[in-house]
Amino acid sequence: MEYQTPENLLYTADHEWLRREGEDSDEVTVGITEFAQEQLGDVVYLELPADGTALSVGQPFGEIESAKTVAELFAPVSGELIGSNGELEDRPELVNESPYGEGWIVRVRLSDAAELDGLLDADAYRELIPED
Amino acid sequence: MPSSTTVGSPHPYIPATDADRKRMLARVGVDELDALFADLPAAFRDPLIDLPPALTEPELIALLSARAAENAASARPSFLGAGAYRRSVPSVVSHLTSRSEFVTAYTPYQPEISQGTLQSGFEFQSVVCELTGMDISNTGLYDVASATAEGCLLATRVTKRSAVALLEPIHPGTAEVVGTYAGGAGLNVDRLSSVDQLTDEHACLVVQQPDFLGTIVDLEPLGRLVHEHGGLLVTVADPFALGLLQAPGDAGADIVTGEGRDLAGAPAFGGPSLGLFAAGLPYMRQMPGRIVGRTHELRNAESSGEEPRTGYVLTLQAREQFIRRERATSNVSTAQALIALAFTIAVQALGPRGLRESAELCYQRAHDAARRVAALRGYDVPERGPWFQEFLVRGPVPAGELAARLSKRGITAGLDVSNRAEPEARNSLLFAVTEATPDGHVDALVEALASIGDEV
Repeated sequence: MEYQTPENLLYTADHEWLRREGEDSDEVTVGITEFAQEQLGDVVYLELPADGTALSVGQPFGEIESAKTVAELFAPVSGELIGSNGELEDRPELVNESPYGEGWIVRVRLSDAAELDGLLDADAYRELIPED
Repeated sequence: MPSSTTVGSPHPYIPATDADRKRMLARVGVDELDALFADLPAAFRDPLIDLPPALTEPELIALLSARAAENAASARPSFLGAGAYRRSVPSVVSHLTSRSEFVTAYTPYQPEISQGTLQSGFEFQSVVCELTGMDISNTGLYDVASATAEGCLLATRVTKRSAVALLEPIHPGTAEVVGTYAGGAGLNVDRLSSVDQLTDEHACLVVQQPDFLGTIVDLEPLGRLVHEHGGLLVTVADPFALGLLQAPGDAGADIVTGEGRDLAGAPAFGGPSLGLFAAGLPYMRQMPGRIVGRTHELRNAESSGEEPRTGYVLTLQAREQFIRRERATSNVSTAQALIALAFTIAVQALGPRGLRESAELCYQRAHDAARRVAALRGYDVPERGPWFQEFLVRGPVPAGELAARLSKRGITAGLDVSNRAEPEARNSLLFAVTEATPDGHVDALVEALASIGDEV
């Protein structure tokens, strides 16, 4: 199966995506990839920290629960959580239906833009999706 | 041909004959049975077991009957309580639970195939929610102590704090088990003699209702206090007393645990027990153990146009150990299904009014007994506030001696609590009288106490 991996996004090996909100913006939006939502199955609940929480790159900051499992969400970059997608409280299925759009999960203010260089581009991420 | 299976067998109850054994050994390629155990050191292979000679069946029955008759506990007046109480359990309970279909502690591995098991779990949860005034219950844990420990772990998960506070007087067994769980989880357990010691570091305040010395606790101010500190109120409630007392959920409890054994049957050897665990909706995803949900069929209704059929499923399993391993919410996947069923039948057979009347009867009988004891010369019944079914007795001799003198008169006294810190407990025994305590036992107690008083 061919999964969408939009070219304008950055990716992590944990199957999360990150979008910088503007050329030099220190604000980024984070979600999970289409492959990730497919692996999880129907998302039923997300547990996210309060705005203002400090995130540390590579560390778990929340949980995403599907009908069959609970997975941790890992911070793709260090920074401060400045918002989470309130729509998901009532409609967690948006993560499945629109992983790169309405199903975004959190917004983060970067503390170190250099960390972005450590993320993957769409081509590199596609290599990590197992073929079956 | 059943008889042929025992012909040539070394023992009437072992169906394999010598010929069978030879064939099996030949098939696996060894000469003799001992070769299968060659890996065991010889010293452990056939240890001498020092047993008396075998008895015939009639001799064995006679021996065990005589031993059983020595066990006088059931006929002897006993005023022990302290967490395990004799209850008047409707006889329909043992009648129904003795059906062989129910005799398993385990949810089947494909649970939904046993709709009856799941339905009884769902009804149990409904009963527990109604009694405790909480939103959600699981299908039961091992006992009140482990349920309370799980409540503490839940509170530390949601508050992200690493200390829990237990308000005295709390059952020492419960406190000890909380301590055991806390040690593994790296938590601190503070045992508070006063709520003034509660701080913002505590994930929860654990309060027993009625408390270990039998006193009824006013939960509402405690709930307000712990919430002001950002913690949760965990109430360890006697479900029977809840027939009479305010539901902890209505008094601000976030988590309610309890012991269901007494309503399920006689307390025997301290068990088998039944832990109750209920919580408010915000903590649904942090619940330990198994939860049954009720749903309805989609497929059948769509194709046939008939009313959808009700079905029961295990739900909210995503955080269980078989999925999350070491990151599971808890490691409990067993429910005390049979005891929970007995509890459910007992509560439903009594009904809300019956449970209330039973609890009132228990209260009245205990208070009548306490009044009679307090009226005796040389005896005092120190009160710490309103109480339910247990009262302190201070006699004309030290507590331990009073218990020993009662025992000589064929009566098991209440628990010796004289070593506790509460001033009222000093030199006291804790007596339990319930709706199931025969009048004659109370008469015998009063008579015995009076005669002990006359001796000193």
